[in-house]
This record gives sequence, structure tokens and C-alpha cells, in this order.
Amino acid sequence: MSKKGLINGYPAYMRESIEKVNATRAKRLKEGPPPPMSPEEREAILRRNHPDYKPEGKRKLRVGPSAGEPVPHEVADLLEAHPVIDPDSIDLSKVDYDVDVLVIGGGGAGTVAAIFAHEEGIPVDRILIVTKLRHGDCNSIMAQGGIQAADRPNDSPAIHYLDVMGGGHYANKPELVRALVTDGPWIIRWHEEMGVMYDKVDGQYVEAHGGGTSRMRMHSAKDYTGKETFNAIRDQARNLEIPVLEFFPAVELILDEAGNAAGAVVYNIETEEYRIIRAKATVLATGGFGRIHIQGFPTTNHYGATADGLVMAYRAGANIIDMDSVQYHPTGVAFPAAILGQLATEKLRNQGAMPVNVDGEAFVFPLEPRDVESAAIIEECWVKDKGVETPSGIRGVWLDTPMIEEIHGKGAIKRSLAAMWTMWHRHDIDITVDPVLVYPTLHYQNGGVEIDADGRTRVPGLFAGGECEGGVHGKNRLMGNSQLDYNVFGRRAGISAGRWAKGAKLKGLSLKHVTEYEKALGKAGINTDRKAPMILPDYRPEDVRKRHLEVI
Amino acid sequence: MTDGKGKEMVRIHVMGKTYEVPAGLTIMDAMEYAGYRFIRGAGCRSGFCGACSTVYRREGDYRLQFALACQETVEDGMYLVQLPFTPAPRARYDIEKINPKENVLLQYYPEIARCVSCNTCTKSCPQDIEVMDYVQAALRGDIAKTAELSFDCIQCGLCSMRCPADIKHYHMAQMARRIYGRYLSPVPEHLEERIKEIEDGLFDEELDRLMKMTREELEAAYAARVREESTGSEISE
Repeated sequence: MSKKGLINGYPAYMRESIEKVNATRAKRLKEGPPPPMSPEEREAILRRNHPDYKPEGKRKLRVGPSAGEPVPHEVADLLEAHPVIDPDSIDLSKVDYDVDVLVIGGGGAGTVAAIFAHEEGIPVDRILIVTKLRHGDCNSIMAQGGIQAADRPNDSPAIHYLDVMGGGHYANKPELVRALVTDGPWIIRWHEEMGVMYDKVDGQYVEAHGGGTSRMRMHSAKDYTGKETFNAIRDQARNLEIPVLEFFPAVELILDEAGNAAGAVVYNIETEEYRIIRAKATVLATGGFGRIHIQGFPTTNHYGATADGLVMAYRAGANIIDMDSVQYHPTGVAFPAAILGQLATEKLRNQGAMPVNVDGEAFVFPLEPRDVESAAIIEECWVKDKGVETPSGIRGVWLDTPMIEEIHGKGAIKRSLAAMWTMWHRHDIDITVDPVLVYPTLHYQNGGVEIDADGRTRVPGLFAGGECEGGVHGKNRLMGNSQLDYNVFGRRAGISAGRWAKGAKLKGLSLKHVTEYEKALGKAGINTDRKAPMILPDYRPEDVRKRHLEVI
Repeated sequence: MTDGKGKEMVRIHVMGKTYEVPAGLTIMDAMEYAGYRFIRGAGCRSGFCGACSTVYRREGDYRLQFALACQETVEDGMYLVQLPFTPAPRARYDIEKINPKENVLLQYYPEIARCVSCNTCTKSCPQDIEVMDYVQAALRGDIAKTAELSFDCIQCGLCSMRCPADIKHYHMAQMARRIYGRYLSPVPEHLEERIKEIEDGLFDEELDRLMKMTREELEAAYAARVREESTGSEISE
């Protein structure tokens, strides 16, 4: 079905540019892509165009354990905000759930942590997962392209290590990178035991490059890698009958009188009442921050990605690391507007699709690290003026998807990029014959709560895994390392939490740290009516919100 | 229809109330534009989690249509109902102890034998999966086919909500994929070899050395890497 004024999904004026892309395709296939940039060229293009390098996008934190660190304004606004609860009106004497291990977050890292806390000997009825939305409404399930693990004979954990460090601008914590790369193959085997259907040909893995990799180590399950792996892991948690409270976001961590993590105040988002959870160990697995829309970017992230865990842990005394850097995925959807900012997987590029400008010219090596690739696309659109403008005023460049079928044969896209084919097909665009329009989109929280290789934060008894923690990826994460991260550090946090819980003796519960944080805000001269955690973004228009009445 | 400033608008009916919303929005964005704030019924917002199952009918059409609210664009005259996720009972099993024989799916989900081949499940699938075909494959004991045909399933549950035989398609298919992945798709040998090499400490010395490097030494080592050429054979034929 063709919508009004569109020819197979695109307006006529965009078709003119597509003709130019079609005209240069054979030549580009023959000549190959532009060469990769040198380290100096990468540095220069980042300085010129990457949003992280705009000093006006950030400010130094004025309060808390990482005071003085520069972070995006949107993050500072959350950290320099009042709690949503009044600590004095919360009754900590009535404990609703008393467990050994509390896991905050029902995504990838949380589910893995719960499973391995159990493997560590904690009975399932002494474990509790609380999650804001449903078990599995998370970024882990949306990952498309793949997961890295250095398992092929010509590869090694040391080569993987070097790729990660260089991609992260050498800011990564070495002990965390070592844990990531040496656990990688083990994690793939664990997935095999869980029954994950990785892509294989003749009994061998299909492994590809990602941006910034020097070996092909990207394992995939079509372009549903996150869905396939997470669903098997969640199914395992369900078979184990690990208890999960859904629609129950945590709003504040609880410490004990000795300053150890001791559970959380959680909130029934439907009945709007709070509950007290006492736990000997707490795992933070709250994911990232896409829904705070840094610098106004659209995001690939799920509805609940609002950095709640970061806010709670910071108030409880945990420091943050690398929160000055933000990952913009180079290829978010720029057209049609209905799916603006949703992900066009890097797998499109690792299978041969080239970024191409309005005149059909290739302008960048397709698999630079993500920050560099994004900077090049931004430059092409706004500095060199070689982008394609959409009817809603967004600019983007073409990703020449028909090249994939030219390289791998007819049917390759439907076979290995089914999710991508379906997404555009719903909007009448056939990516086997037409290119797609893309522009960088807010994708990943590179930094987070600092952990060590055992998933420990600075707060005793508080562990963290997955996107909410920081130090693994430095200033820029590579493709396929977030899937690996949530497995490696979800597991390590779960094991550490299980071990800690066995020896922990809790003292009286306290929210004194929240009261003190309030005092510190005043002392720092921060006068604001902002409150955090945010829990959910609000996309209702201003005119609706202005007429809001609190009646029932 | 425009909003008076030239912006094209469409009329939608959300659970009985009528709203004018900009054309070109997804159902989810249009409902938010109309003033709804989701708690249930919104998850990944990218078509992967199955939280936003939506049933609608077009004016003048008796048929029910099915969609994901985060993926489908609004049309003039849509009557929309968002379905809360309806949990279906699932069989509990131990993947370690499963015997992957032909009748294993029927053993854990005997209700698949009640399939009357009405194809309602397939018609209600927003992922265009041949749901009835994989149920039939499961009945025949073809675990590999069940796994392959159901691979794109996002577990939104619309099939199971519509099924006159009360089959729990998506749970059964999840089990089929796990059995296939675990028992019918062998693990490449080089994975085991690499794990053993890591456990034997084969890379420890090199990693120790890398961890001790200064920034300059690391930069030099990084620049000296040679990128493996892609063979172009990464997709299975």
C-alpha cells in the first residue's frame, strides 16, 4: 500500500537522490569503501563534530561523591535534584520483603545476576528482582547486531583487549576490560547451554566485524541477537522460579546504620504506594539513560531508560566514572518520522552497506568506532552540506542497504536482517532495493557507577552490572560489547552479591544518606524544584499538561 | 484534514473517545499526543519486546486488525484498543534434563493437539510469522522447523489471546528454540579450545603486559594492529 504522495515509501524529491546512489553503487562495490582514518584523523573529526566535545553541553557536578566531574546537563539535572520521597515519612520498621539478594532491574544484567546469585547458593525464595515495567522491557532485548567474544583461532582475548582500549580512548579500567574479554568465550558457551540459537554454517559460528574491531568476532542470531539471548536467559529464570515484582521501580536505596547497602524503597507504580525491601546484598542493574534525551537527541532506548539507578547509588555514596561521554549510534532512523531515532543496526554496515551522501558518494569507512562514524555523518550533513533533508527538517545520509544483496546474494537481507527488513517494510520501504536514511541517535551510557572486576561499587553490599555501571568501555563502547558486558558483569555482580549475603549481618535500616544529600544540595546553593529519579519520561504535549487536574 | 496551520491531521478513536492527531505518528506517539501517559502498554518502543499489542478496526470494516503500537502509523478512522499483556501458563522444565525426542513439545504442551488449523494465530501476528505452520511442525515433532519458523517471535501474546484452542504458541515456541539451540545445533570445537586456553592461563602474560602499558605504548600497539580482511562470506547461504 502506498501512502499519499510517496513512491515506495519516499517522496519524489528524495527519489532523485536515491537515483544518484543507485548510479554509483556498482563503482563503489568495485572500489571498496574509503580507507579507515588514522588516530590523528579520528581525533580531529571528533573534536570538530562529536556532541561530547561541545563544552557547552556539560557542567561540573556541585554535589556528591563525584563533585567536580563534568557531566551532560541532563545528567547533572538528575543528580542535582531532590528525592521523590520524604525520608522522614517513610516507615522503615515495617519490612514488606526480607531477602538475601535484591536485584533492581529486570533486564539483561539483572536476570543474569539473579541466576548466578542462585548458582552461588542463594535459594530462589531469598532472591527478588524488582523492575519498573515488565520483566524484559529493557535495552538488552533490543540489541540487534551481535555479541563479541574472541574465540576464533586467529583471535585472542589480548587482541580483543586492545580493540576495546583503543575504541574507548584508553580511559577504560584495565581490570574491567580484562574481565570482559577473558569471560567472553565462557559466556557464549553458557548461552549455548541455555539454548541460544547463534548463527552457524556447517557447524561453525558466523562471525563478523564491528566498528573498530581488528578480528571478526561478532556472534549473531540474525539481527535479533538481543531478543534471542535475553529470551533464553529469562526463560531460564522462569524455570528456576526466581521471584519478580513488575511495575515496581525502586525509588531510593536503603543503607544500614553501618553504611552498608540494605535494600530499597520500591514504588507500586499502579497503586502508588511504597514498600520496604530489606536485603543483605543489593545488585544495581537499572540500565542506561536514553530517555533523558541528551542534547535533544532521539533515542534507541526503551521507555524506562531514565538513569534511576545512577541517581539512587550516587545519593548512597557511590561514585561515577566516564559519565562525561555519551554514545550516539551512527545510524538511527532519520526517515520516516514515525520511527525517528530507532536503531538501524551496525550489522547493516558489517554486511557491506556503505554510508553515502546526497550525491551518492561514499565519505567514510563504514566501520569506524561509533563515535568517529557518528562525527563523520554529522559533518557530512551539517558542515559539508551533503545530507538529505526530510520533510520534517531532519538531515541524514543514505545507508546503501541494497549493497548487502549484491555482496551476499539475493535473499541475504531477509535471511540475516529480518528485523530491519520488517521495520522498514511496515512503512512501505523495501531495503533490498532502496537505501535507508540515517542520522546519529542517542544509544548508550558509556560510563556509570564505578565498579571493580567483582562488580563491587564503593558502597559495601552494593554491586552493579550492565549499562548502569562504568569503567568497562571508557569514553566509547564498541558494537557487541554491551551484550557481553551485561552477561559478564551481571554474572560477576550476582556471584559477589551471593557471597556477600552469606556473611552479611544487617544493622538497623536507615535513609539518613538521603537526608544528608538534601542538606548537601542546600549547602552547594542548588535551589531547584527538580525531583529524581524520573521513573518514566512524559511525552504528553504542553497544552495537555497545563490542564492537568489532581482530582482523584 | 489539517489543524488550521497546514499540518495534516487524522481522527482516531481511543477506547471510545475521539482525538485529532498529526498524520504520520505511530499509534503510541499519537496516543501520547492526545494526552495518554503509558504505564502498561509501552516497553522497548522499537518492536522487540511485545508490550504494546494493539487491536483496531477501521471505519466500515468488520475485521479486527492487530499491530504493535510503537511500529504502526495511525490512519484516519482507526478504532484503537490497547491490550494489557495477558500472561499465559507456561510449562516448567529443566533444560539440562530434557530429552529432545520428537514428542517432547507435545508432552509439555499437550494442548497443541487441539489445533483446528483455523489460522487465526497467523492472522493476528504483528511479526507476520506463520504461527499455525510452526504449531503444526511441533505436532509433527519437527523441533528444528518450529524453532526456525518462530524465530522472529517477540512474545506479544496476540496469537494465544485469539486462539480458540487455548494454545500457548509463544511459550511452546520458546521451548522449541531452546531445545534446538541446546541439543540440535552443535557447539563449534574452537570455542571449547579457547575456553581451555583461557583457563590454562595461556593469555595471562600478554594481558599482564598490556595492562601495565603506558598510554603511549598502548597507542603504538593499537596503531600496529592489522585488521583482518572480511571474506564476504559472513552470511549463511
